[in-house]
Amino acid sequence: MADRSTPWSLGGALRGMFTKPTIDDDTWEDLEDALIRADFGPTITEEVVAHLREQVRRFSTTDPVDLKRMLRETLEERLARLNPTLTLSARPAVVLVVGVNGVGKTTTIGKFSKFLVGHGRTVIVGAADTFRAAAVDQLATWAERGGASIQRPQQQGQDPASVAYQTVERAQREGIDIVLIDTAGRLQTKSGLMDELTKIKRVVEKQTDIAEVLLVLDATTGQNGLAQAEAFIQHAGVTGLVITKLDGSAKGGFVIAVQERTGIPIKLVGQGEGIGDLTGFTPHVFVQNLVG
Amino acid sequence: MATFSSLTDRLSDTFKNLRGKGKLTPADIDGTVREIRRALLDADVALEVVKDFTGKVRERALGDEVSKALNPAQQVVQIVNDELIAILGGEARRIRFAKTAPTVIMLAGLQGAGKTTLAGKLAKWLAKDGHTPMLVAADLQRPNAVTQLQVVGEQAGAHVFAPEPGNGVGNPVRVAKDAIKYAQDKQYDVVIVDTAGRLGVDAELMKQAADIRRAVDPDEVLFVIDAMIGQDAVATAKAFQQGVDFTAVVLSKLDGDARGGAALSVASVTGRPIIFASTGESLDDFEPFYPDRMASRILDLGDILTLIEQAQQHFDEEETRKVAEKFATATFTLEDFLSQMQQLKNMGSIKNMLGMLPGAKGMREQLDNFDESEITRTEAIIQSMTLQERRTPKVLNGSRRVRIARGSGSTVSEVNALVNRFEQAAKMMKTVAKGQMPQMPGMGPIPGAGFGGGRGKQVTKKKGSKSGNPAKRASENAALAAGLKPGEPAAPTGSGFGLGKGKGAAAAPTGDDLETLQKFLGR
Repeated sequence: MADRSTPWSLGGALRGMFTKPTIDDDTWEDLEDALIRADFGPTITEEVVAHLREQVRRFSTTDPVDLKRMLRETLEERLARLNPTLTLSARPAVVLVVGVNGVGKTTTIGKFSKFLVGHGRTVIVGAADTFRAAAVDQLATWAERGGASIQRPQQQGQDPASVAYQTVERAQREGIDIVLIDTAGRLQTKSGLMDELTKIKRVVEKQTDIAEVLLVLDATTGQNGLAQAEAFIQHAGVTGLVITKLDGSAKGGFVIAVQERTGIPIKLVGQGEGIGDLTGFTPHVFVQNLVG
Repeated sequence: MATFSSLTDRLSDTFKNLRGKGKLTPADIDGTVREIRRALLDADVALEVVKDFTGKVRERALGDEVSKALNPAQQVVQIVNDELIAILGGEARRIRFAKTAPTVIMLAGLQGAGKTTLAGKLAKWLAKDGHTPMLVAADLQRPNAVTQLQVVGEQAGAHVFAPEPGNGVGNPVRVAKDAIKYAQDKQYDVVIVDTAGRLGVDAELMKQAADIRRAVDPDEVLFVIDAMIGQDAVATAKAFQQGVDFTAVVLSKLDGDARGGAALSVASVTGRPIIFASTGESLDDFEPFYPDRMASRILDLGDILTLIEQAQQHFDEEETRKVAEKFATATFTLEDFLSQMQQLKNMGSIKNMLGMLPGAKGMREQLDNFDESEITRTEAIIQSMTLQERRTPKVLNGSRRVRIARGSGSTVSEVNALVNRFEQAAKMMKTVAKGQMPQMPGMGPIPGAGFGGGRGKQVTKKKGSKSGNPAKRASENAALAAGLKPGEPAAPTGSGFGLGKGKGAAAAPTGDDLETLQKFLGR
C-alpha cells in the first residue's frame, strides 16, 4: 500500500490509470476510488469527478494525460482560493495553537519556533498544556531545540489561561517578537474543554490582539477532520490550518473539504519529526505531491 | 460514548425509508445499499471494506430470506447487523496471559495514537484485577515521552522501568530486553512495553519495532489506532501487521464524535480482533471492546450491557436493596438521596452512561451541555444540612434555609428548589417502586426493541430503557440507578417502566428529559 518513493501521493493509485491509452469507464471508477482512498470524502469526490467528466466532455478529449492535468488544475484551483500567508506583523504577535489529542501541536510549535528564529525573530513559547503528563517538559525540549525561551506554569495543574497571560506579559516586558502558546489536546466534543479554550483566547485578547489561531490537523484523520475544524472555529476562532504527519502514507484529502466548507486556509505543513520538517503551504506543491 | 454515532445517524436515516415499506423491490435494495455505502465512506470505513460489505449485504438482501420475510426492512437491518458483527470479530477476546510470568504486552502504533496513555490505563486495569504490572519506557524518541510514562505510571500505581532518559538517547531494544529480566527478578507478572510512535512507511523505525518484538517475545502485541483515522487505516494497519505482526487492536479516542469506521477497516483487513476501547483522558476511561455490542451501537440499539456492568461494578448491592425498600415505604430521605448521588458519581461520568442508552444519539448535543458539577452543588447543599433536617425535610423553615444556603455557598431559592424537587422525586419513586418492581423480571429482552432512535418520539425515561435489560440479576440495580436520575417526569415514567406493553420500543430520552434531569440534580 505504502508507496515509499512518493510517500504521500495519489501517484501510486493513479499511475495505472493515466498510462492507459484512452479514458473509459474504468478510468472514472479508478479515479473515484483513488480520491476516496485519499480521504477526499464521498461529497468532494463526487463533485470533482462530475466536474472532470464535464471538462472532458467539453474539450472532447480521450487522453488520460489531459485528465491528469485537469485533475491537478481542479485541485489546485480549489486549494488556491484562500490566502495561505501568516500574518505575524503585530508585536508581540500572539499565536495560539489548538487541536485534538495527539495531532502534533507541541511538535509543530517546536518546528515553528525554529523556523521563526531562523528568520531572525525572537520567540517565546507558553506551556499552557498543563493537563497532559509531561507535556511541559516535551515543549521545553522542543523550545530548546528551536532556540525559543519558554514560560512554564508556576505550579502543577495551573489554569492554562493564566500561563498564556504570563507568557504574553513576559513577551511584552522583554520585547519578544512572537508568542506561541501550546494548548492541551482536546476532543471537539468536550464542551467544557472547548470553553476553556475560549477562555484562554478571551484572557489573551485583553492584553493584545491574537495574530493567529492555528488548528493542527493530523493528515491521517478521515472525515472527522471537518467536525474538528468546525468546533474549533466556533470556540477558538481559528484563522489557519496546519496539516501534520504528511510524511506518512495518508494523503490528507479531507483538507480540501475543510478548507472549502470553513473558508479557513491551510497555512503550514508538517512532514516529519525533525525540527526542520515544517514548511509554508503552497497549493501547487501540495497538489504536485498529491497527484504526482 | 457517542461512538459510531454518526454512522448510526446515517444508517437510521436509511432504514427509516425502508421501514415504511411492506415489500422491497430490487430497486429499493439498490438504493439502500448505495446509502449504506455512502454512510460507511462518510464514516471513514476503508473503500475495499465498504465494497466487500455492501456486496454481501446486497446479495443477502436480494435473496429469499428477505423477500419472503414479514418485515423486509427489519430483515435488512438484521443482515447489516450480522455482517457488522462478523467483521468486528464476532466474539469478544480477552488478553492472553503467558503460562509462566511475566506476560509481556507490547504497544505499537502511529504517533499520537495514544500509546503512552493507554499503557497507563492498561496497567491500572490489570492492577485492579490483581496483577502486578510494570511499564517499560521504550519510547526514547519523542521528547519527554519517558517522563510522561513515569507520570502516568505513578497515577496508575505501577512501577516504571526507565533506565534511559529518552529524547533520542538510548537503545529501545536493549531497554525492552533488560526490562524482561528486571521483571522476572522483581516478580512483576505483566510487562507493558510502550514504544515510540512510528509511521507505516518508515522502514527503519518499523525494523526497530520488529527488533523490539523479537527481543521481548511478547504474548500480545497491541496495535493502538486512533478512532479518527481515515482511509489510511488500511495502509497503516497492513504496514504494522507486516512490521510487528500485532495480535490485537486497541481503538483509542472513541469518546470523540469520530465515526470510527477504522474499527471496521482494521478488523476486516487484518483479521485481528479489537479487544479494548479507550474512551477518554482519565486512566479509568478504558473498557473491553465487545463487537456485538458495538454493532448494536452502530444500529442504535444502545449499549445497555456495558452500562449494567458499570452499574454493577460501582453499586453496592446491599445499599441498593435498602434504598429500594425505602422507596417503597416512603422513608426515603435526603440522606439516602445524598448517598445515592455519591454512588452515582462513583460510576463515573454521567454523560458517558447516558450516551450508552439506546436512542441517545438524538441528545448528544444536550449531553455535552450537561453540567456534572450540578451534582456537586446539590451535594454541598445537602451536606450543609443537619442530620435532623436531612431526615425530616419538613423542619426546614426560613431561617434554616438561609443558614443552609450560606453554608453551601448557594442561594435560598436554590435550596428551595432542591427541597421541592426532592419531595416530588420521593413521591414519584414511591409510585414507581411499588408499581414496577413485580414487573421487572418479566421484561422482554432489549434487542427486539426496534430502532427507537429513528423515531425518538415516544417519551420513555432513561429509566425505562435501562431497566429493559435482559440480565435479570442486574435489573434491580439498574432500575435503581435509573430510578434516581430522572426527576419530575413521574407520570409518564410509569408507562416507561411497563416497557413490555409499549411494544418494546426503547425510545429515546428526549432533550426535555435531560433538561429535567439536569434540573433535578441541580438548579
